[in-house]
Order: sequence, then structure tokens, then C-alpha cells
Amino acid sequence: MADRARMVSAGVDVTGAVKNAAIAALLAFGLFLPLIGFKTEQDIRNELALETRWPLLFTFVAIVAAAHLFGSLVVTPWRQARALKHVPSAKASPLRSVLARWFLPFAIGFVVVYPVIVLSITGSGGAVKWIDNFGIQILIYVMLGLGLNIVVGLAGLLDLGYVAFYAVGAYSYALLAKTFGLSFWLLLPLAGILAAFWGILLGFPVLRLRGDYLAIVTLAFGEIVRLILINWVPVTNGYAGISGVPRPTLFGIPFNATEQGFAATFGLEFHPVHRAVFLYYLILGLTLLTVAVTARLRRMPIGRAWEALREDEIACRSLGINTTTTKLTAFATGAMFAGFAGSFFAARQGFISPESFTFMESAMILAIVVLGGMGSQIGVAIAAIAMIGGTEILRDFDFLRSIFGDEFDPTQYRMLIFGFGMVAIMIWKPRGLIETREPSAFLAERKTISAEFVKEGRG
Amino acid sequence: MTRGADDPLLVVEHLTMRFGGLIAVDDLSLTAARGAITALIGPNGAGKTTVFNCITGFYKPTEGRIALRHGDASVFGELERLTGRGDRSVKLHNGALFLLERMPDYLITQHAKVARTFQNIRLFPGMTVLENLLVAQHHALMLASGYTILGLLGFATYVHAERAALDKARHWLDRIGLTARADDPAGELAYGAQRRLEIARAMCVDPVLLCLDEPAAGLNPREKHELAELVLSIRADHATSVLLIEHDMSLVMGISDHVIVLDYGVKIADGTPEQVRNDPKVIAAYLGVEETEVAEAEAGVAP
Repeated sequence: MADRARMVSAGVDVTGAVKNAAIAALLAFGLFLPLIGFKTEQDIRNELALETRWPLLFTFVAIVAAAHLFGSLVVTPWRQARALKHVPSAKASPLRSVLARWFLPFAIGFVVVYPVIVLSITGSGGAVKWIDNFGIQILIYVMLGLGLNIVVGLAGLLDLGYVAFYAVGAYSYALLAKTFGLSFWLLLPLAGILAAFWGILLGFPVLRLRGDYLAIVTLAFGEIVRLILINWVPVTNGYAGISGVPRPTLFGIPFNATEQGFAATFGLEFHPVHRAVFLYYLILGLTLLTVAVTARLRRMPIGRAWEALREDEIACRSLGINTTTTKLTAFATGAMFAGFAGSFFAARQGFISPESFTFMESAMILAIVVLGGMGSQIGVAIAAIAMIGGTEILRDFDFLRSIFGDEFDPTQYRMLIFGFGMVAIMIWKPRGLIETREPSAFLAERKTISAEFVKEGRG
Repeated sequence: MTRGADDPLLVVEHLTMRFGGLIAVDDLSLTAARGAITALIGPNGAGKTTVFNCITGFYKPTEGRIALRHGDASVFGELERLTGRGDRSVKLHNGALFLLERMPDYLITQHAKVARTFQNIRLFPGMTVLENLLVAQHHALMLASGYTILGLLGFATYVHAERAALDKARHWLDRIGLTARADDPAGELAYGAQRRLEIARAMCVDPVLLCLDEPAAGLNPREKHELAELVLSIRADHATSVLLIEHDMSLVMGISDHVIVLDYGVKIADGTPEQVRNDPKVIAAYLGVEETEVAEAEAGVAP
């Protein structure tokens, strides 16, 4: 023990660390001088005046130097010591196997009782926010992520215009429900079918493209759909969007304050939380359906063909797999789930406009899939919770104002934090949170497959 | 002479493949007999793989006809009528006839039952050994699952079909000695095992014609021997004929019934291994003769 400690302490080079920290501080000074050191401000005569912010600049430089010094004096020796002590164990730790076994049942149990927990903690007043903003919002993105996961994660086709199918689902529901007064339960599958139809329509011309080219064309398709929604004013009402979209009912019982409403029927006092809980279970059911169908599809010949397509398209062709129809089914299936999610979104909001279907949404859904680990359903769920839940949580970080001043708005730093998060993931987990692949069939033992063998696909 | 004449399975006539100005295959005619191992040899760049790509539909030949039969040899009597009619294939009471140059690659495997392997192994590295063999049975499983819909609903036909597919995969795993590795990713296998797996995967298509593109490349002598045994046992136990591209002459001469030699896209010899071995034109193509140019001698790098 003693000689190991000596070895470690011998490894710490204090003068070198100070020198490196000084260089880092100098670099930070050069970098932050124009960014933080100077600020232009309009004075009373509307002229630009250059202000200097030396204290702030030196705070930043000091932080960089201190962090550098801390890293080389404390963290690096600690890691070296740990690497010396670390003995690789052949057996998986018992904690990990218990976690793997019980995580899924626990997670499903938790999402089922989530509204009850929230209601009992916050009461019906504060529960709407937690159920609607958190629960429903996250589940919509989980569903979208799972749908895109089929296209990107399984079939390996990079689709940057996925939000188009979400929009098709939302507008199909809104227009058909408003014009023909059809019920949500009839329009839900119809919206899915229409979105799948659009998926096939898009697929036919673009699926001969591969890799980057496919990504660019799908990106364009997403924009085309949005521009049509904006410009086809007689049908879509343009930028103004469609308001007063009919809400879903529980077997014909609406969630409103009228005599026929849910609250009156069951002798409860009217409260918006009833609808929130109903919508929560509705989207939870849809999400679990998506999970079940996707998991089953993976074990079917079509699911294996999707993955085989991601691995090697030429080998697929040599085995009698029609790559065109296989890609189209992946596109259509992914689009169908987006259509379901879209019609639910329209029914929940009661108002839709092209604003909700920008490229930013596509990028967000793709980020969820990539962050989660391509092809992994649990990964997608965790990533959606982190990305969407994280955004919502930031709104609540009021205490940050007491540190940074009253003008500080934490939500404005959302993208910065995401950027850091993505960079961190790409450094430490380049294949996403869940890197391994579960085989779809096994003879003796189900072994997960390490990411080093699994291809990412290039269209 | 050879069995190709009286019991042909595959008849290639006047096959020409041009890539721009380059003529990779020039007016090639060849016949592969049923139940035989036909080897296609020649120096590097002779156009062997191009012929394979034309037969398996990866290339559309510039000119020529590639006909394959199922069932009785008499179906070739229909050949001219089928060609004139412009159809891809014809089903008769005693067999079927396919014009491969008219079919897309996946239908050549699905209907005409031609399977192939690749010079540079093309497995699905991120899928398990077992999954690789299941993907090869895609078409049969797809039909049994009612194009996914019945299978999704859990119909018994699919459950049975999947069990049968697993049994078939197990059978082939036993044949190639990879049962213990069934649940490991294919990319993790040793090179020789990957070669064997690729052949087993092609055999899961139930082919009448198996096209092996340099199956012995990169194998050690023991693995080459095992490979020869495997190819011979495939020919013996299944209704599968083999078309083989190979540079290893001891393997080719040892297991082939019929050898075709290509050089610069042209057939220069055709016959039994003995005939080909002693053919002066073949010796010239491989070793070069004094009159020919130096470049030609360099092209003929015999292993």
C-alpha cells in the first residue's frame, strides 16, 4: 500500500501542472477577451460605447486555471491509482444483473402509477403541470422516438424529415374531425394509415439514394410538407393554424364542465386534471402498443430484414430480400407511429399550426434516437426523459436567478446544455446510452452484441 | 466428354458485359451441368466475378442469354419460345425455366433459387450466427407470416414455420461445426468460420445452383481441406450444383467435374481438369509464353 502511494505521489508533477495551468489560463484569456472582456452598449445619445468587464473576465480565467490545476493534481492521480487497483472481473456484478432483470417491470409499473403518485404528492391543483407538461409531453416524444428508431436504428436509413409524418397525422385528425365530425377513435388509425401512405409516397423516389443524399432529400421533404401547410391557406389556414380541434372523449363522455361531462357523470367536481389523467393513459397505451409492436416486428422476418439491410444491403439482395419493399415498409411503419402521435398531439392541444412541425422537432427526435443508442427501445425512452424532461425541469430552476440575477432565464441556456450533453455523450458513449444490441433469436443463451460489430447503416 | 452437354442446369450463351469502353466479358458461352461442380478459373481480371454478377443479377448483361432450369432437362425445349415471348420465366408440368438476365437479383434467389457468396465475405457482422441463417430464410418465413400481418397476430402457421427455420439453421450449424457459436455475433468469428458460415447461409436459401466466389481465399491448408469436404458433401446430399471461382489449383483440380478457363473475358479452355491442365493456351495464360507481351505475363499470377 505504502509503495503504491509513493508511486502515485511520484507521478504528480506540481511544477508541470502549474505550468500547464498557466498556459490554459493564457489561452482562456485570449479566447474570452473579445467574448467576455468587451461589451458594446448604447449610451444615452444612442452611440455605441465599448465597456470592459475585467472582473468577470478574470473570474473566468481563474476558473479555467483552477479547473486545470485540480484536474492534473487531483483527478489524474486518482484515476491512475484506481487503474492500478482495478482488477478486471470476469463475472458481471450481481447489482448489474439484478438491475437488468428488474429495471423493465419497475419502469413500466412506475409509468402506470405515475399520475397517482403525482396526485397524492401535489394534489389536483399542481398535478396538471406534472402530468401534462412532463408525462404526456415525454411520452409523445418516446413514441416519436420509437417510430424513428425503426427507420434510423433498425433499417439504418437516416431520415431528417420525420416530423412531416407527425404533421400529416396531426392535420389529418384536425381537418377530418372538424370537417366531418368523426370521432378520435376512428381517426386515430386513419391518421396512422394516411401518414404511412405518405411515408410510402416519399419512399418511392428517395429510397434509391443512400447515406448523406437520403438525409438531405428527407430533410427537404420535411420542409416541403411544412411549407404546404403554411401556404395552402384555404385548407390548412396557413400560419394561423387550426383551432378548436375536437378533444377525445371517453366512450362518448367529454371532459368538460357540462351536464354530460365526465365530472358530472361520475359525480365529481369538475377539474382539468381529469382530462390530463385520461390523456396520460391514452398516450401511455399508445406508447406501450408501439413498444410491443416494434419488439414483435424485430423478431419477425421483416424486422430481421431491416437489421440485415443496415448491416449489408448487397448481402440482403443475394439472399432474396427485396430491398426496395423492405425499406418502404420501414419508412411506412415509422411514419404510421408518427401519424398516431400526431393525431394524439392535435387532440391534446386542441390547436395546431405549422410552428409545431419545424426542422427543430425532427432534429430533437433524431437526437433522442441517437442519444438513446440506435435500435434500443429502453435507450430511446431514457433519452426522451432526459431531453424533454430536462427542458421542462429547466423552467423550474428559479433558484438560479438568485445567483445570476433577475434577468437570468434558465430556458435560454437549454440548447447550450444540450450541446454539452451531446458532446459528452459522443465522447464517452459514441454509440448512445444503450450501446449493445439484443439478438432477435437465440439457440442456447441470449448474449448482447457489442457495438463494435453492429453497423450503423448508410441508407 | 463432360456431363454438361447431356444434363445442363445453367446455359449461358453469348454473354457480353461492357463497362463503358471496357469489355469485361466477351461473347462467353458456358454450360454448368446438374449435380456437378463447375469451376471458373482464370488470371486476375479475367472477368470471372463479372460472370457471377451477371448470373446472380447484380449486373444486367449488355448482351446474351442466361437460362436456368428446375426439374426435367426437357424444359430447355421451351427456351426459344420463352425468349421470343419476352417473359422472365415459364412454369411447366415437369419443371420451370428462368431467364436470369431478365430478372432482378432478389427474384433470382427467391424463384430461380440461385445463391451466392462473395469474394470479400459479406456476413451481417452485428447479428448472431443464428440470425444470419434466419435472414437467409426470409422469403419462406415471409410467406408463412402472411407478409408479417398473420405473424404479428400470432398465427400458428408462422410459429411452425419459425420452428422449422430454427431447425434448418441448427442443421447447418452442425454441418459447419458452429453450433457452439450460434449466439455469438458473426463478426466475432474467425476468418475460416466466417467463410463456412457464408456458405451455410447461402445454402439456407435451398438453392439449385450455389455460386462460390473464391471460397478458399485466405484459408489455411486444413481449412481448405474442410471446405472441399463441405462443398463435396453439399453436392452429394442436396439437389445443389456448384459453380466455383477459385485460384487454388489443387482445390479446383481436386473437386471440380468441369473446368472453364477465362482470360480477358474470353473463354480459352473448357473441359475436365485433366484436359484443362494440359491445354497449352491455359499454360500460356497463367505462365506467359515468350511471344506474348510482358504485361500479359504479369497479369497471370498463378497462386
